[in-house]
Amino acid sequence: MIDRHPWLDALAHVVLIVGVLIVAFPVYVAVIASTHGPNDFMSGLIPLLPGHEMVANYRSMLTDGLSSSGAPPLGGMLWNSLVMALSIAFGKIAISILSAYAIVYFRFPFRAVAFWMIFVTLMLPVEVRIVPTFKVVADLGLLDSYAGLTIPLIASATATFLFRQFFLTVPDELMEAARIDGAGPLKFFRDILLPLSRTNIAALFVILFIYGWNQYLWPLMVTTTSQHYTIVMGIKRMSDVADALPQWNVVMTTAVLAMLPPVIVVVAMQRLFVKGLIETEK
Amino acid sequence: MSAIEIVAVSKVYAGGVRAVSDVSLAIADGEFIVLVGPSGCGKSTLLRMIAGLESISSGTVAIGSRVVNEVDPAARNIAMVFQNYALYPHMSVYDNLAYGLRNRGVPKADIDARVAEAARMLEIQPFLDRKPKQLSGGQRQRVAMGRAIVRKPDAFLFDEPLSNLDAKLRVSMRGEIRQLQRRLGVTSVYVTHDQLEAMTLADRIVVLNSGRIEQVGRPLDVYHTPASTFVASFIGSPAMNLADAEVAGGCVAIGGREVASGVTGIADGKLTVGLRAEDIQPAASGAGVPFAVRYIEELGAQRLVHGSVEGRHLTMALSPDLPLADEIRVTVAADRLHFFDAESGRRMARPAHAPAGR
Repeated sequence: MIDRHPWLDALAHVVLIVGVLIVAFPVYVAVIASTHGPNDFMSGLIPLLPGHEMVANYRSMLTDGLSSSGAPPLGGMLWNSLVMALSIAFGKIAISILSAYAIVYFRFPFRAVAFWMIFVTLMLPVEVRIVPTFKVVADLGLLDSYAGLTIPLIASATATFLFRQFFLTVPDELMEAARIDGAGPLKFFRDILLPLSRTNIAALFVILFIYGWNQYLWPLMVTTTSQHYTIVMGIKRMSDVADALPQWNVVMTTAVLAMLPPVIVVVAMQRLFVKGLIETEK
Repeated sequence: MSAIEIVAVSKVYAGGVRAVSDVSLAIADGEFIVLVGPSGCGKSTLLRMIAGLESISSGTVAIGSRVVNEVDPAARNIAMVFQNYALYPHMSVYDNLAYGLRNRGVPKADIDARVAEAARMLEIQPFLDRKPKQLSGGQRQRVAMGRAIVRKPDAFLFDEPLSNLDAKLRVSMRGEIRQLQRRLGVTSVYVTHDQLEAMTLADRIVVLNSGRIEQVGRPLDVYHTPASTFVASFIGSPAMNLADAEVAGGCVAIGGREVASGVTGIADGKLTVGLRAEDIQPAASGAGVPFAVRYIEELGAQRLVHGSVEGRHLTMALSPDLPLADEIRVTVAADRLHFFDAESGRRMARPAHAPAGR
């Protein structure tokens, strides 16, 4: 805005503050709820001021878990989620950057076909192909394993496509200069392309970590023992009790704990993340 | 350092487009060759075939005495300077220079020495730790040249290296490239679309048109005896005036008006006559042909007067001291005229005359 009117500024701030409140309120409720004892929810109203049970709630969830709903201590579930999210993020990045490299820099037969096949899989998210994928994973004996949790989610058209678009913006002369400088394909990839993709990799890592962390349907399908439960599944299991009221204080404690790792990742990589989305180093 | 021998080289792209057809050229050791032509004339393709970045459809390219058709670019021992510099953006200037040497397994101490020498030569020592992003266009161009120099290659290949610089910098870098090439004595092939760069840099100019060599020669020879109307209109600024004319009994007529007489060695008939802007001179009053002035470009040292003789557009270069009028009477010396075949545009030899010019 070139004209600066005080009331326009005020309006802008009001809109922003309202927006922040709408987004932040559920988080606030979750944090507040995790500080109350189990009986504070009997009235059907969620308290909006902090209670006194915070330490007890977090301690019990981290050490004992909630045996009544078959949930193990949160530590194990957090660990499972972490393994799953990291495997998916690193796996997707590794596979997609290599396939994008192949598609952009090599002339092989059916290159266009390969690209379009990858692209078409964008239209087939996990939920659509879940039955055949489950069948394959089950036949391979991967149920109840980290491999079963992660491998089917690793193939990624989105990341391949993003890297492809980035590689296309890298001037050809760079590759030619490297060729004249005696760098073969792998050397060019390692010495030039990979460092240039640094910010893109960071941005993708953040997105993919959160994607992997938030997976719900797939872990629900392939895990049957509590040993491989992920935290997001755990929340669902705890709130889903028969013949009793869910223990909302505990559920919210779990939710708050489940929120922390993605927050840490975003905060830690924020600078690179923003850079990766808005600018390219060329 | 070595000679480059190009024999009957063609480039046919998939789809049948001929970018370069049947080009032969012998480049002597240490010679500075400039390939010049309009965009799409195949000059860059030819250069890239020498570099090995483009496959050769037919013919052979030899560097030194070795035919390099199937040799990898890295093994041809050439260095290339690109239009957009193509510096590695994430590496410091030092690493940019050293990268090619490291890949070749040159010992560390040797790399240090070579980089230091090149940096001194190009006056880029203060920037060795910086990233290319922190340099100006001219500095980046120096780094790109440094990357070529440290390799001590058999040949330098330049692909329009000055096109991204502003006009002033282009002139000074042009001079530096020339001096550097003289000092190092490395065979160089330089591609440009700028005829001025071609004239000022080259030992020999190669004018290309639609994938074929139009003329090869020393800059002044090309300027004074262009082999075709294409070369005549491409080399020199302002471009050579070309007009349809008729020759009858040694008299040259443009649009029916006789402009020169006493021309020998040219058969009667229709042809294209060419005359340089500086060869048209104002005539003594009453003599010569009327030249209707349309507009004037002041260049300071001289003045370009655009106008027409009998409706044919001509440009002449006059001293700014001469008074101007709406109509000037001009004259042309017969031995300053260039004659081209009306059909093919090829230069018509004039056995009775020494080549126009010096």
